[in-house]
Parts: sequence; C-alpha cells; structure tokens
Amino acid sequence: MAIEVRIPTILRTYTNGEKAVPGEGATLSEVIDHLESNHPGIKDRLIEGDGLRRFVNVYVNDEDVRFTGGLETSVSDGDEVVVLPAVAGGS
Amino acid sequence: MLEIKQATYDAIVAHAKKDHPDEACGVVAGPEGSDRPERFIAMVNAATSPTFYEFDAADLLKLYKEMDARDEEPVIIYHSHTATEAYPSRTDVGLASEPNAHYVLVSTREHGNSDGPVELRSYRIIDGAVTEEDVSVVDELRSLA
Repeated sequence: MAIEVRIPTILRTYTNGEKAVPGEGATLSEVIDHLESNHPGIKDRLIEGDGLRRFVNVYVNDEDVRFTGGLETSVSDGDEVVVLPAVAGGS
Repeated sequence: MLEIKQATYDAIVAHAKKDHPDEACGVVAGPEGSDRPERFIAMVNAATSPTFYEFDAADLLKLYKEMDARDEEPVIIYHSHTATEAYPSRTDVGLASEPNAHYVLVSTREHGNSDGPVELRSYRIIDGAVTEEDVSVVDELRSLA
C-alpha cells in the first residue's frame, strides 16, 4: 500500500489533472521530493526556504503538520497526505 | 456572471454585518462543475482581524473533506472588507487559489453592524488577473437542464 497524496485544484496542472497521486518516503520532506521527481515544479509551490510556505496547509492523516514536526513529520504506507492552499486574504 | 439566490445573498450580507469590524468569510458550495452556489457555509475567521481573514486550518480540512465526499466544490468564496471598497486587495489576489470560484466581496464600511445597503461585488481571480462580473440575484437558481 502506498501513500496517497491529495492535490488541490490549483496544483493539478502539475499532475495532469489528477486529484490524488501515489507518494513515497519516510518523512513529508521525502514525500515532497518524490512528488517533485514525478511532477517537476510542484515543490516550489509548497516549500519556501527550509519550510512549508506560509499559506500552504499540509495534513498527514488529518493532522496539520505544523503541529507534528513540519517537513520532518513521519509518513508511512497507507497514510494520506492532503495539501490545501489557505483560504485567506486581507484588505 | 454570478447567479445567486436572494437567501444566499442575504446570508452573506448578514454574516459580514455581524462580524464587523472584523472581516467575515465563508463559502457557498455547489455540485462540481455546476456553477450553482447552493450550500452556504459561514467560516470562522481564524485571524479575527479587521484587515485580514484566514479559514482555520482544521476547519479548512473538514470543509474540503466534506465537499469532496459530496462531489462539491467552492462555487463562491466570500469575505468582507470593513473599511475599504469591495474590491480584491493585492493580498486577496496573491492568495486566491480557486480558479473556478467566484470571489465575492462585501464592504461593510458604510453601515457596519447596522441595517442599510452594502456593496457586494463578484470577481474571477485567475493567475493574478482580476475580472469583475455581474451579479444576478434570483429567487431560485435555474433548475438543472
């Protein structure tokens, strides 16, 4: 069983329109690197410097990774990784 | 053009007035690809701010999982401006991430929490380009063909 990575509408241009793609890796960081190898360009939309972009939310099994170790959050087979851009703005 | 039910329009305006002077935000979901804003969902502004809004991260996940399970998408994403006009700010444009959604803005600067007309306008925001569109308020959405 692989890791399932759910892709938001705005990033499906990188996945040929796929809503979910298989992932691999022991940490979120590795999953994102694997994602990048299959879908070049997607990593830059998720990562800025050493961390996740401020307005990108990532959840592993429904837990916001900001509370579980960020990019070092461990991931294993059967896990679900969900990527959701923040819905935010300001005047 | 955005076609919206009077009841949904009124719900968005009422939410904006209630949360003034903070920004209010939410979505109106509808069947994927239908362009029909059917299900009004007020969201909590986690920023609790007069100049910023952000859906709470846990609420956001719950919302998207629920829409996914119902084959829905956000047809409208709305928020209020409390001291400026109902036009997307640079931040709004930079963070807009739903190319299929109608971005509805309400300005409560004239009447705040009180009765009185508010400005409600709708936009498409795609790749940083803002296009305003007409808003048609109807008693009921057209029935599905």
